[in-house]
This record gives sequence, C-alpha cells and structure tokens, in this order.
Amino acid sequence: MRNAAAQPAIEGEVWPGVAWAVQRDLRLALRSKAELGVQLLFYAIVVTLFPLGVGADPALLRALGPGVLWVAALLASLLSLPRLFAADFADGTLEQIALSPYPLAALISGKILAHWLATGAPLVLLSPLLAVQFGLEADELTALALGLLLGTPTLSLLGAIGAALTLGLRAGGSLLALLTLPLYVPILIFGAGTVEATRAGLAVEGGLSVLGAALLAALVGAPLASAAAVRIALD
Amino acid sequence: MNLADFFAMGGYGFYVWGSYAVTAALIAVETVLVRWRLRSAREAIRASEQR
Amino acid sequence: MFRSINWFKFASPASFYPVAGHLIPWFAVPAALLAAVGLWLGLVVAPTDAQQGDAYRIIFIHVPAAWMSMFLYLVMAAWCAASLTFNARLASMMAQALAPTGAMFTVVALWTGALWGRPAWGTYWAWDARMTSELILLFLYLGYMALRHAIDEPRRADRASAVLALVGAINVPIIYFSVRWWNTLHQGATVSLTSAPKMASIMLVAMLLMSFAAWFYAIAVTLIRVRAIILERERRTTWAGDLAGAAR
Repeated sequence: MRNAAAQPAIEGEVWPGVAWAVQRDLRLALRSKAELGVQLLFYAIVVTLFPLGVGADPALLRALGPGVLWVAALLASLLSLPRLFAADFADGTLEQIALSPYPLAALISGKILAHWLATGAPLVLLSPLLAVQFGLEADELTALALGLLLGTPTLSLLGAIGAALTLGLRAGGSLLALLTLPLYVPILIFGAGTVEATRAGLAVEGGLSVLGAALLAALVGAPLASAAAVRIALD
Repeated sequence: MNLADFFAMGGYGFYVWGSYAVTAALIAVETVLVRWRLRSAREAIRASEQR
Repeated sequence: MFRSINWFKFASPASFYPVAGHLIPWFAVPAALLAAVGLWLGLVVAPTDAQQGDAYRIIFIHVPAAWMSMFLYLVMAAWCAASLTFNARLASMMAQALAPTGAMFTVVALWTGALWGRPAWGTYWAWDARMTSELILLFLYLGYMALRHAIDEPRRADRASAVLALVGAINVPIIYFSVRWWNTLHQGATVSLTSAPKMASIMLVAMLLMSFAAWFYAIAVTLIRVRAIILERERRTTWAGDLAGAAR
C-alpha cells in the first residue's frame, strides 16, 4: 500500500491521507477511461431524450432546460456512485484502507475528490454545450455551469453516504437510488432554481451562495457519515 | 341533519368519505397485519421448541 | 420512587416484552374512545364551514395524520440515535417498529390532502413545500424499511438504517425550505395552501381529540409490533420460548 522507504505514516494525519487516496483513485480511474466516457455519454443521451419525448417546441425546451440538465446530472451521478467503494470492497482493499493509520474520513474525502474529478468535472464542462440545445442564453449557461461546478461535488459527497450504506447488498443499485435521491433534492432545487433566477433577472450569487454553503456542509458531514457507514458495512 | 345529508356532505361526499374510508381501511389493515405478525412469531417459536 | 426502580432493566428486550404487553390496552382503549368522540364532534356536531362547505371535515383526519407522520419520524430518529449511542438492541427494535406506522400516516396525510385539495383549492396536488416534504418523508420511511430489509445481518441492519434515519432527519427541514424558496421564485402559488378554515372552537376540540387518538393508536400498534420484532429477533433464547408458550 505505502512505499515503506518513504516517510512512514503518522497516526491521524489528514492531508497526506487525502493526497494518497486522491492519487490512488485517480490513477485507477484513468485506467478505465472507457468507463468514464460511457458515463459522460449517458449524461448526453438522457439530456437528449427529453426533447424527443416532449417535442421540439423552443419555448417549452427553454422552460424545461435547467431542470432537465440538472436531473440528468443527478442520474449520471447516481450511476457512477458504485465505483466509489464497490471494487475496493469486493477485493478486500477497503478493509485494509479502514485499518490504515490515516483517518478513514480523510481517505474517503480523497476518494470522493478523485471520483468527482473523474465523473463530475467532465459533466460540468459538457453541460453548457448540451444546454445550448435547449436554447439557454449566455448568462443562463454561466449560472448552469457554475451551479453544476458547486453542485456536482456535493452530489458525490452525499452519494458516498448512500454508497457506503449499501455496500455489498444484492439490491444495490435501485436501493442506492431510493436512499440518495431524497438527499439530492435540495441541490436540484437550488441548482435549477439558480438558472431560473437568472432568467428572472435576479443575481446569480444568491443561488450560488446556497449551493456553496451546501457544499461546505457536505464537505464537513459527508466523509464522517460515510466513514461511519463503511465501518458498519465492514464489521 | 338526516342520514341522506350526512352521506352527501353538502355535495362533497366523494372527497370526505373517500378520505375516511381509505383511512379506516389502512388502519384496519395495519391492526390485522401487526397482530398476525405477533401471532406468527409466537407460533414459530412454539414450533421450533417442540422439535 | 423513580430512583428505586432500575429503569435500565427495561432496556433488555426480555424484560420489555411483558411491560409492552401490559401497556397496550392502556393506549388502545383510550385511542378508540378519543376517536369515537372526536369523529362524532367533527362529523356530526361541528357546523358546516362558510367557505369550504362540508369538505373541510377532512382536516379531522388530515391534520392529525400529518402531525403523526412527522412526529413519528422524529421519535424514530431519536431511537436510532439512542441505539447508536448506547449500542442497545431494544432501541433499534423500537425504531424498526415505528417505521411502518409512520409510513402509514404519511400515506393517509398525502391521500387526504389530495382529496381535500380538490374541493378546497381546485387541484389534487400542488408542489408546495408542505406536500413535497410530506412526499419525501414517505420516501424516507420506505428507504429506511428497504435498507433494513436488504441487510441480512441484524446488527448491521440496525446501525446502517440508524445512520440513514438520522441523515434523513436533517434532510426534511432542508427540503421544506428549499421548496418554499423555489415557490417564491415562481410566484405561481398565490393560493396559500396552508390555510385551514377559521376554526370554531368545536372544530379545534375535535381536531385535538383526533390527534390524541392518532397518537395513542400509534403507541398501541408500535408496542404490538415491537413485541413481534422482539420474538422474531430473540427467538433462539430460552426466555422467548417460555413467553411464547405463555398465554399472553
């Protein structure tokens, strides 16, 4: 796990733990670039389904756009959550990680950060492109992208709790959705709402502040809750 | 107020009785199920004791 | 008197089982009586409302059910917190026993709310803060029960669902305020869906009686259910065999 020739781990150190976890998980994620590409493609396809389903009326699409783009982001995030813990749990690595001297919450934060960089960040970059299909204006695109930039890490953080609680369970995927989507609802409301606020002429800072506050709260609470849930699953 | 008026509920009979009926049904179902659950648990223990 | 009883003795499922059995009638009978009086007052005695006609009589079920759905979730979350803090099996069992009744009241609140909304404000459903939060609350109850059901090992099920319940408890007020903010943005909901008719005192009395009836009913049903859960989970112990063979 750790290069014994390098500095030995000191019990309870947070940042080296985070750094180690980010490096490891990013390296693993980049080995399966195809899988990441598929998840991004899923996002694009879901977004495309809505105009096909509701018709191509531009006014309707403009009204639906923010909501659709955000809901699709939620679904894409849900789809990518199992990769956070499942592989490590299956081959026993997660147990080793829990036994390490680094705080488990710190290691999990690192894993979540790597997860977001691999799955959430590309989504943020792609979203303005897809949003153009819905006729969103430049200021709305900015509100959307910034909102997703603040929101997708929160989705990864909150999703980690659900992923940890459902580790190794048969019903896995749908149960994970049932548990996690209620947690996602406020992020969805404020994320889509920020774009609509911009449309109504209000300043974008309002909604973004709330999303930022949610991110901060999740940064503090989610790794701790996930660590507790992981330990429950491993016992 | 006579019985016919009571059932009609000023024309809102469907809504009022629809609410009360479903609630009564749910409560009845819950009471039955929970007592059946207790009975089954007792019987399961008795059955395994007899072995 | 309180100090001479070792209250922690009742923290064991074995000693709580008979206590629960004795308590049940003390809640079941008053629940039935309170409901009878409340229903008579609400359906027969209380006058017809000037604005909503007789449709308003739904509140005698809707409001108590909504209160119960939220109250029971908080109690459930409190038992979950206790189970994690004290590592007590009985606390988990109480939470497990509360969930189905809480879910039932949530369904009643949603159903009666829809049937009240139609005659009162013209629509069965509206995405206002209260109805949306109530719907999410139902998903939280169902999620709790689903997670429990999906985990075979009982202690893992206890702890995992406890974490879930606590996280959910924080979520509900957040969702409530999120939807309120979202609605002010849209300004579509000019009708205040939270307004009940101006309450004549007889209506208030009826509603309070029904609320207490619902509360006592919930306690009675939960006690029965927790007895079943205790027997299910402790079936391999000798005391369970004795109790199951006994009459009550």
